[in-house]
Amino acid sequence: MIAIIDYDMGNLRSLENALGRLGAECLVTADPDVIRKAERVILPGVGHAGKAMENLEARNLPSLIRSLRQPVLGICVGMQVLCRDSEEAPGKPCIGIFDAHVKQFSPVPGRKVPHMGWNDLSNMEGKLMKSVAPHSFVYFVHSYYAGLCPDTVATCNYDGLPFSAALRYENFYGTQFHPEKSGDTGEQILKNFLSI
Amino acid sequence: MLAKRIIPCLDVKDGRVVKGINFTGLSEVGDPVELGRKYALEGADELVYLDISATIEGRNTFAELVGRVADTVNIPFTVGGGIRSLDDAARLLDAGADKITVNSAAIARPELISEIASRYGRQFVVVAIDAKSGPDGVWHATTHGGSRQTDKELFAWAREAEERGAGEILFTSMDHDGTRNGYPCPVYAALSESIGIPVIASGGAGSVEDIAAVLTEGKADAALAASIFHYGQYTVAEVKRQLAASGIPVRL
Repeated sequence: MIAIIDYDMGNLRSLENALGRLGAECLVTADPDVIRKAERVILPGVGHAGKAMENLEARNLPSLIRSLRQPVLGICVGMQVLCRDSEEAPGKPCIGIFDAHVKQFSPVPGRKVPHMGWNDLSNMEGKLMKSVAPHSFVYFVHSYYAGLCPDTVATCNYDGLPFSAALRYENFYGTQFHPEKSGDTGEQILKNFLSI
Repeated sequence: MLAKRIIPCLDVKDGRVVKGINFTGLSEVGDPVELGRKYALEGADELVYLDISATIEGRNTFAELVGRVADTVNIPFTVGGGIRSLDDAARLLDAGADKITVNSAAIARPELISEIASRYGRQFVVVAIDAKSGPDGVWHATTHGGSRQTDKELFAWAREAEERGAGEILFTSMDHDGTRNGYPCPVYAALSESIGIPVIASGGAGSVEDIAAVLTEGKADAALAASIFHYGQYTVAEVKRQLAASGIPVRL
């Protein structure tokens, strides 16, 4: 069973549907016992990273998440809050699994923010990115990004600015893009997560 | 490289897809979920569903439809039509929509943009602007399918929408919509350069050359089209292959 952490940060229906299409059984929950015992855990999230940390703290989830030993996947803001800290949540630490600092895209002429739409992946490594061809397109929508770091397992380049499209540290994985919205490529990545 | 997006638009009335010419003379073209799935398989980058139902029954059918779309398609989709409050937006988010689009209600009460964006994030809010050029060449937003001009000048309104929290601007020229005569590219280019958020071009595509022009000369980030797809003039895949052949970055 997969626990999808429910902390009031956006619509989870697409993610449940995508996992359902792959035959996975999932449960949307904020119950610490259910999360602890799940085979896999997904931390989704759209919106504001500061608000996401607040909502996780209000449910006493950050330390629980840090203690998880099963495969954990953070998606979009879910990935960002697994990083060290974020410019969107100034002055407070995030969960601190990935050794990355989350920064805001600076506005430059011609580079629209949010970074919204389909962008291609490079430098893919490891199990999460297995069978994903170089330059496969996935769907992004974000205004903040994790820079490149030792945990980077896929990169994306937005108009000359390379950043982490996916991260991994031990049993923790993260994608800045939305695999549940990324067509066949996204399905492959979710399938990979299910077989880790 | 960030790809230019091709977005089929489905106007839905009482649960069926329709597409008119200049918003009148509607004709029915198919089942919204089936059509959306077909477009997704052909390579559409996103879908937009606009509810143009006039009745409560029609609106309820639409919310149920949004749920079925979320169950079926694995690409992002936007819904709009008749969203007047944070509650309306919340209902569609819960039904599974990735983004909502607001139009007349945001003109009547611009705070609506900030209310939705601060609750669900900028990426969730697309502000649609149906504009027309006046005799003096100044573009103004319109409501009621282009029949009522407002005091909102196009560029000023787009900038205000961005400041209030819009994540994208969907600009339709009511002088071109449904005509298949192409987009007003210089207006798109000026709009795209005057704001920092993506611009989606809508209304007027008659050929792949028109779409290519608005994505290059018009500096639009995405193109939305209905007629050329619904009537089978081109498939989404054909459009994208031709765009790629002319050097435009698209997801194939």
